[in-house]
Amino acid sequence: MTDVKNLEELFQAKIDAEQKIEPKDWMPDAYRKNLIRQISQHAHSEVVGMLPEGNWITRAPSLKRKAILLAKVQDEAGHGLYLYSAVETMGTSREQTIDDLLSGKAKYSSIFNYPTLSWADIGAIGWLVDGAAIMNQVMLCRTSYGPYARAMVRICKEESFHQRQGYEIMAVLAKGSPEQKEMAQDALNRWWWPSLMMFGPTDANSPHSEQSMKWKIKRQSNDELRQTFIDRTVQQAEVIGLSIPDPDLKWNEETQHYDWGEIDWTEFNNVVAGNGPCNKERLAARNKAHNDGAWVREAALAYAAKKAKRKAA
Amino acid sequence: MSSKLLTYTLRLADDILILSQRLGEWCGHGPVLEEDIALTNRALDHLGEARNLLTYAGQVEGKGRSEDDLAYLRMERQYTNVKLVEQPNGDYAHTMVRSFLFDAYHLPLMQALTKSKDEQLAAIAGKSVKEATYHLRASSEWIIRFGDGTEESHQRAQAALEDLWTYTGELFEGDAVLEEMTSAGMAPDIASIKEAWSKTVDQVLAEATLKRPADAFMMTGGRKGLHSEHMGFILAEMQHVTRAYPGVEW
Repeated sequence: MTDVKNLEELFQAKIDAEQKIEPKDWMPDAYRKNLIRQISQHAHSEVVGMLPEGNWITRAPSLKRKAILLAKVQDEAGHGLYLYSAVETMGTSREQTIDDLLSGKAKYSSIFNYPTLSWADIGAIGWLVDGAAIMNQVMLCRTSYGPYARAMVRICKEESFHQRQGYEIMAVLAKGSPEQKEMAQDALNRWWWPSLMMFGPTDANSPHSEQSMKWKIKRQSNDELRQTFIDRTVQQAEVIGLSIPDPDLKWNEETQHYDWGEIDWTEFNNVVAGNGPCNKERLAARNKAHNDGAWVREAALAYAAKKAKRKAA
Repeated sequence: MSSKLLTYTLRLADDILILSQRLGEWCGHGPVLEEDIALTNRALDHLGEARNLLTYAGQVEGKGRSEDDLAYLRMERQYTNVKLVEQPNGDYAHTMVRSFLFDAYHLPLMQALTKSKDEQLAAIAGKSVKEATYHLRASSEWIIRFGDGTEESHQRAQAALEDLWTYTGELFEGDAVLEEMTSAGMAPDIASIKEAWSKTVDQVLAEATLKRPADAFMMTGGRKGLHSEHMGFILAEMQHVTRAYPGVEW
């Protein structure tokens, strides 16, 4: 008992001294579990996030936009791969992690349970969804678990490109024809509140937050990150002439931040519980891809085994 | 000559654009994450080549049409791709066999085109050769894995070959346009491309323990803008947003 206590103290001392925890280091079970949950959710979000964006690859309105979108979705798949690898360093296989997604046991970011209904939604996802994700991810570049922090450094570089291309799509639409501007505004209206929900419950209602801060998995609270995102994004919307769909939004001289309205937490809880507009479709699409691909994966394994056997003979 | 060059360039562009469009449908639905990345990459490479060719076609035509005008504002009858590339994705064996049959033609074509007397075509081909080389390597590897993998994968690959073989004749069709381009030294001799294609196909199928289908009836029509019924749906999906808001920037 004393031994474990000592190990925990050493572990915490290491974190307090800003040293990274590496896969072979001792770590408390709860730290491991917390990270496996968080990194795998993140990996699943990248992979499920390919679906709403992939939805517009065949319909992108110019070849240049199609090329950018293809490259972006390819990046997301790459992020999924790094993150599944980061989970593997904690002793959970990629198959197990993916099975948990497919069975519905594991969560992914609820934002991807909303549908992409127009081309402007591709702009809104890049600008708002990737923009919100970056807030978290920049913080995670300094997270205490080494493999996760290193994966995030690489991911952040690509995500900031994604955010810029999304904002640029919106900017072009906003200064385009009246129909294009309407399309952009409609997308902003639909994606604004779900993007704010991406930061998770308020600090008062966030079950994992306190321990995560102590372990330096997280370094800023949900509410702090959300406020930074709002302050930044409101100004970006003004620059391109779009309106944030929040009648309570107002600059506060005293706090030097924007005051803003109330998130519909009933909607948030509903989508998390599986009742979002596309929860069933997203999970069905992942399961179909996995099941339809089973024979392909089996063939690859069978061939590799045959080849190895021939080489040995 | 410039109308022949335009026709020829559009044929090259349409093949690779429509194949890219089909491959783009896979995004997010691949059999394993690595393949999702590989497929998207393939679609992106093909799209890049298509954009170069369409831009050049617009310049050759001299009427101020952009890559997007040519991609989004032509109808089925004006598209001159081979029918092979418009065939539905089907299972992964169909997708990979379709790509393999195309890649085995595309690589020697691009290699030979680098020697074209048309400098632009030679330059575009020069850019594509490296990509075309790894596309063929990757699709060949899948054909071998499928053929020599499990009984199911063998059967699926053989079935895909049987289904798609009828569309391969069109890749090597000759006509007055091609003859004139070839005698002007701007396009390679298609018989030599067929020879290279046939050799690659035989080698890969042999290693894959798959059977080369007999050269029975070969489909035709794509080069004249006579397509399968799939083509209208491909273009409807690809073009609908652009056509719904004419003349705007994206």
